[in-house]
Amino acid sequence: MAKVKVATVWLSGCSGCHMSFLDQDEKIIELAEKIELVYSPIVDIKDFPENVDITFVEGAVANEEQLHQLKTIRERTKLLIAFGDCAVTGNVVALRNMFQDSVKEVLERAYVENVDHSKQYPTQVPKLLENAHPLHEVVKVDFYLPGCPPSAELINYVLNEILDGRKPSLEGRFKFG
Amino acid sequence: MSERTVKLVIDGREVFAKPTDTILKAAKDNGIYIPTLCYLEGLTAYGGCRLCVVEVKGNPKLMTSCTTPVSNNMEVITNSPRLNKYRKQIIELLLAERTHTCSVCVANGSCELQELATRFGVDHTSVSRNWKRFEIDMTHERFVLDHNRCILCTRCIRVCDEIEGVHVLDVKRRGKDSSIVIDLDEPWAASYSCTSCGKCSAVCPVGAIYVKLKPLSETKKKELPEFVVERRRR
Repeated sequence: MAKVKVATVWLSGCSGCHMSFLDQDEKIIELAEKIELVYSPIVDIKDFPENVDITFVEGAVANEEQLHQLKTIRERTKLLIAFGDCAVTGNVVALRNMFQDSVKEVLERAYVENVDHSKQYPTQVPKLLENAHPLHEVVKVDFYLPGCPPSAELINYVLNEILDGRKPSLEGRFKFG
Repeated sequence: MSERTVKLVIDGREVFAKPTDTILKAAKDNGIYIPTLCYLEGLTAYGGCRLCVVEVKGNPKLMTSCTTPVSNNMEVITNSPRLNKYRKQIIELLLAERTHTCSVCVANGSCELQELATRFGVDHTSVSRNWKRFEIDMTHERFVLDHNRCILCTRCIRVCDEIEGVHVLDVKRRGKDSSIVIDLDEPWAASYSCTSCGKCSAVCPVGAIYVKLKPLSETKKKELPEFVVERRRR
């Protein structure tokens, strides 16, 4: 039987969700028999491949590159999972949305007010969007897996349910934060 | 003490309640769960959050169980797809209205809104979040009032008024712009009437009023109003 193609993506987040994914420990070995990890921060593949079955997207959409990236991911993925609070709600990444001119205020704070020398805005990086967005404000999301981070047990449960062709039920199982 | 003379049916089960009981009380006494948020035992119920709505046979409207008295032969349904739909919607709207960011909240792990989201499987908000920014009042030496997490349940107002007997707190403005005020909308530290008793923080269901440098799990005392009322009755 062909293995299910799984990808994981890291947008604006702290990588904590990926750490939690790795926290599945020895269960990853069982998973490896069923899935093929075709794209991930821990896999050295540059371009997001075509025909991915399941993609876990960690992090909010905060800059122009991520916006483009997420749209490509959506086109090439059958089942897209909003992975963790940043992807589901915006979480800490989106706290800047509360400020009027958020991009300017954030950059000013991080690159001017709080530094002692070389005070300047970064130039060689993607432009920040006016607001940081949870994934479903940009593309269609098929499944929400909240948590900061979602526990390894929960990730394992969700992934195995999907691999077995069932729809995971999160009622009473997940926790924001 | 009056007797349990009223007979009603809740979720197909025949139960007996006192004539003074509400549907919520009768359900609770019989181990039937109805979700609540603004309601707190010992405080005046006012049916604000609408989470405790139930279906009453013969009435097309949904009734708030915390304010509706029981009556003879009443038939109540506490759990149905229709009720769950509305409850989920309420939780969703509450999550979207203010900036509820559980991961960085003092109430994380002991928040009633967070618990309800878990219980009802509200795993995201389909409406965009409001992201309106409110100033945080950190002027008081012990307490913080963070409107950004407030769900306007008014438990703090009622406990301050009814239990502490001071009525320092109240609400200003209307609708989504409503917010809790201290005295005549002054910084907390400037309040002459506040006794710094901390009852407001003890009953806050979320992380809107809390004790500085302490997780809410240490300071929360949901049973406090009920305890005081019970003691005063003796």
